[in-house]
Amino acid sequence: MEKTVLYNFHKNLGAKFVAFAGYEMPIQYKDGIVKEHISTRQTAGFFDVSHMGQLFISGSKSLEQNLEKIIPLDFKEIKINQSKYSFLINDKGGVIDDLIITRVEGGFNIILNAACKDNDTKEIAKCLDSDSKYELKKDLSLLALQGPKSETILEAIIPGIKQLKFMNGDYFKFQGKKIYVTRSGYTGEDGFEISLPNTNAENFTKLLSNKGAKPIGLGARDTLRLEAGLCLYGHELNQDISPIQANLKWAISKRRREEGGFKGWENIQNDLKNGVSKIRVGIKPSGKVIAREGTKIFSSSGDEIGVVTSGTFGPSVNAPVAMGYIQSKFSEIDNRILLEVRGKKHDAVVSKLPFYKKSYVK
Amino acid sequence: MSEKKFSKKHEWVSLDGDTATVGITKHATEMLGDIVFVEVPEAGKSVEKDSQAAIVESTKAASDVYSPISGEVLEGNKSIVDDPGNVNSDPEGASWFFKIKVKDKSEFDTLMNKADYDKFCAENPS
Repeated sequence: MEKTVLYNFHKNLGAKFVAFAGYEMPIQYKDGIVKEHISTRQTAGFFDVSHMGQLFISGSKSLEQNLEKIIPLDFKEIKINQSKYSFLINDKGGVIDDLIITRVEGGFNIILNAACKDNDTKEIAKCLDSDSKYELKKDLSLLALQGPKSETILEAIIPGIKQLKFMNGDYFKFQGKKIYVTRSGYTGEDGFEISLPNTNAENFTKLLSNKGAKPIGLGARDTLRLEAGLCLYGHELNQDISPIQANLKWAISKRRREEGGFKGWENIQNDLKNGVSKIRVGIKPSGKVIAREGTKIFSSSGDEIGVVTSGTFGPSVNAPVAMGYIQSKFSEIDNRILLEVRGKKHDAVVSKLPFYKKSYVK
Repeated sequence: MSEKKFSKKHEWVSLDGDTATVGITKHATEMLGDIVFVEVPEAGKSVEKDSQAAIVESTKAASDVYSPISGEVLEGNKSIVDDPGNVNSDPEGASWFFKIKVKDKSEFDTLMNKADYDKFCAENPS
């Protein structure tokens, strides 16, 4: 089991740990999931996400063309220091992983899910030519700072970050070291992700804490992202689900939706042209019952029409929330459905996403 | 009202005549974290010792609550169904789960006392 360089720091803050993607990660601290969730929405919280992959790729002129084979973005559209959400696509049009890619000086930085990062690196390497270099950085940590007070807190530590727009980044200096900060996140709040040398991670995190940001574990990270309607790989996304089924058509660039030219295009083109038989939706149980992953979904007339992929209690919505896949003909917003929990059917409706309104700085 | 007795599955029971009050322990709530959903049995339901009688869910997962004693349910605690968070704040007091008309009081005697339960928790951390 691996640990991030902040393991002892978390331990001293009273973290409870859980095995996640081969790492011992904090699931919660002393405050607990609900308070941590609310702190993030009301002030600011910091998250150690150093288990995630940070892949740097540099290379020749053909680099963009090669990456376009496996990532359905229009690379010409990505400006320097601009970030985009996208995926690695397999030959069937399924999702190998979802990712954030940022154009930096001399190449690209790709943030990958911890459980997928080694395989992702192999899949990307297959598409590159011998002039390209790639490195899954082991010497860098990754921190997220999320919530309405993020800008004020981070600006006090790294002057200039308030200039960043949503899904944009830049290099800054911290204690003499070059660090890379993007304005992005996974909670539905304004916030930043900070990539910095392992050697500086603890000092930096202490400063965040001293300035009032609360430590947030993976438990609240999950309730926050679910309220924000964001997918979690292995739940809403996997190798057998296409981005079109996942209702993430927007994450495929317009030119690529028309021209294709990436793996699995035949299936994706078919999904785009003919529609999909099942699609990801938000689900709001009418009562208090929580529909966990695997909960079967039925139509009001009793036919099985889908399954829940993530479900919990949403502390800011103050109600249970879920996402899942259902037959497309039942996917209209406010459509009444039934959720089978512990053998009983419970009323629910198809809900628009996000459950909780975003407040990104554009 | 009798002293509280405790089960290995982290329920507590107190006995008043032949009426038992059942809840989950403070230790259980600390393991579960924030409680966000509770389902209690309806009056009239008969429960067997160590059978599933209620549900408690945290943000993380759902868990069964077992009855440490057999009998017929007299009442489920509606106030924790309405405000599940109350289980975290007062698990061994106002936030009991259900009351039972006890069938066999000798079952009560087989449960652990407070000192034994604390020892059990210390020896079985998780």
